[in-house]
Amino acid sequence: MKPVKEVGIVGWGSYIPKYRVKIEEIARVWGKRGEWIKDDLLIEEKSVSGLDEDTATMSVEAAKNALKRAKISPSELGAVFVGTESKPYAVKPTSTIVAEAIGATPYVLAADLEFACKAGTEALQCCIGLVGSNMIKYGLAIGADTAQGAPADPLEYSAACGATAFIVGMASSNSVAKLEASVSYVTDTPDFWRRPGKPYPSHAEAFTGDPAYFKHIREAAQTLLSELGLKPSDFDYAVFHQPNGKFPLRVARQLGFTKEQLMAGYLVPWIGNTYAGSSVTGFSAVLDVAKPGQRILLVSYGSGAGSDAFSFIVQDAILEKQPLAPTVKEYIDRKELVDYSLYAKYRGKITLP
Amino acid sequence: MRKVAIVGAGMTKISRHWDKSLQYLFSEALDKALAMTKVGKAEAIFVGNMCAQDLSRQNNLGAIVADYSGHLPASSMRIEAACASAGAAILAGYMAVASGLYDVVVAGGVEKLSDMNTRYVTEALGKASNAEYELFYGASFVSLNALMMKLYMELYGVDRTPFAEFAVLMHKNATVNPYAQLPFEITLDKALSSEFIAEPISLYDCAPIGDGAAVLIMCPLEDASKYADSFVEVAGVASATDTVDLASRDDILLLTSTKIAAEKALNMAKTSPDDIDVVEIHDTFTIMGFVSLESLGLVERGKTPQYVKEGVFEKDGDLPVNPSGGLKASGHPVGATGAYQVAYLTLQLLNAAGKMQVPDPTYGLAQNLAGTASGSYITILKRGR
Repeated sequence: MKPVKEVGIVGWGSYIPKYRVKIEEIARVWGKRGEWIKDDLLIEEKSVSGLDEDTATMSVEAAKNALKRAKISPSELGAVFVGTESKPYAVKPTSTIVAEAIGATPYVLAADLEFACKAGTEALQCCIGLVGSNMIKYGLAIGADTAQGAPADPLEYSAACGATAFIVGMASSNSVAKLEASVSYVTDTPDFWRRPGKPYPSHAEAFTGDPAYFKHIREAAQTLLSELGLKPSDFDYAVFHQPNGKFPLRVARQLGFTKEQLMAGYLVPWIGNTYAGSSVTGFSAVLDVAKPGQRILLVSYGSGAGSDAFSFIVQDAILEKQPLAPTVKEYIDRKELVDYSLYAKYRGKITLP
Repeated sequence: MRKVAIVGAGMTKISRHWDKSLQYLFSEALDKALAMTKVGKAEAIFVGNMCAQDLSRQNNLGAIVADYSGHLPASSMRIEAACASAGAAILAGYMAVASGLYDVVVAGGVEKLSDMNTRYVTEALGKASNAEYELFYGASFVSLNALMMKLYMELYGVDRTPFAEFAVLMHKNATVNPYAQLPFEITLDKALSSEFIAEPISLYDCAPIGDGAAVLIMCPLEDASKYADSFVEVAGVASATDTVDLASRDDILLLTSTKIAAEKALNMAKTSPDDIDVVEIHDTFTIMGFVSLESLGLVERGKTPQYVKEGVFEKDGDLPVNPSGGLKASGHPVGATGAYQVAYLTLQLLNAAGKMQVPDPTYGLAQNLAGTASGSYITILKRGR
């Protein structure tokens, strides 16, 4: 897919809460051997939101960072999309809270999007469409989650918290990465789901692998590459959704990408899987270090299931904008370890009668 | 009784076949088996299966597979004997041909475990135990096997190493098996350091969960050359039962049903354990492989660890065990497993087992178990033509 007008990213920013819980600590509570789980998932620790944090507050932090780099007024935003599966309200938009908090209201389109872990790139697709058709000048696309993993479920070792925001505008001297093209690939594949009123998701174990994650990412990425006439070696960076440490490494290998292309955006060992924030935060970390002229592949994956694949070329303005907001690495380095009990309290897993 | 031959054997790869149904898998294996023969249509089908009602919400597999595979109006029925369902189907097929009731019989098994999550699979499989006295109290098959392994280790003064060495051999064998679910090698260290499932059983002591179907075409031995250029003889078949709950046995490391069935089958085949050139045994867990070899009378009790170390069970050893990789690494689609074992042996005796082939075998023995050997089905094949 290509918009009529050339579209680019004019600002980006992330937010990762400062608390971390180690995999061994979760394993200790459930009587599992931490090193086995770490070896299996390739995750050291995961990010944990604080008591006063949720998807809305994290989205606001990420949006503010994106605005600093975009150097635009929030009133110029024509759309605010928040992609998440952990909405603070089941009914009542998160996007209105974010839009109001950053000063983008009232003449703005606002909506929450849900597509498991790919809602962040869906927000990006929507903004690309609206900007590329000239309906709006700038759009704000956010992927954010305070992800749920039931106590003792394998997902508890990876489900983490974080947010990333992009401001999309016309490709210009103010944009940092120009979109080449994108592909969305979707099937009805029920590998992971959460029913209304349920606090934690269900999943179909190994079914989340080959027929779900790997198939959708491969199809989306290969279609994009073939439409653009590109091969893996034409890219300087590749970012894939990161539900654990193994999957992105394996899908990169399957597609012919090297570990070196992956590493700048490979964050899961230190923050876990931030769901709708996962692949977009990896992309954000790549923008933090990318140089003009470099090419970046971004492929998300959302259970249910689908993948969005994008190819971006980095532009000159990036160098000037990189220092204007905290980098993903700075957020990763800013951390405070908590034990399981504080983690359980912060994440609302302890309810008093 | 008429003598019975196997003229065709077909298998699907054992895998997590997300997109294939029970009937699809069975038909695929049946078509492959028929392709080895001049048989057009089956007169009767015996389909082994354990879990269709629990994991695929489907019963009446007899009619389902006959219809789907294009073999209406053949007589067709499902046979359930837990993990030995296919072994029982082969026995039924044998009886049908030997008795003269039918001339061309399809016997095999199909299982689809990956449609549901592990806890449902564990529960469905656990129903092969005494559900009231074992399963209800949390005794799954892995925990029952863990009790056996602990006792074996204590009684014979061995650690987990020989069990891990057996797993390493099974994985090595599976690398050349085109039907195997886990066709990769593992190191001894990887096997020993893998996660405990129920101590002392760790991940690499266990057969994986998988889907698959295997099918054999049986006919009277005297007519075999009408249907195929080469065939094997079913020289001996027998089955026996034992207490379903492990706790009621005097000696939990002796699989009495296996011992009795093996003696009967060997007697029927007019042969002895020394004549057996290759075996496919029911190693759901490595410990079950050890006690199976000893209960079959192939290995002196307590000597399996030593034999593993000495390489006796390697493909070119004195007693090749599971050149397919066994349940451990070839896979264990439970209600189809017994048919895989006999299909692998059929290929061995036809000298058609490719890189799995052991040198020039005359007799092969398959041992298929229900639960912790509450039922044993022994099939002895002899090279035909």
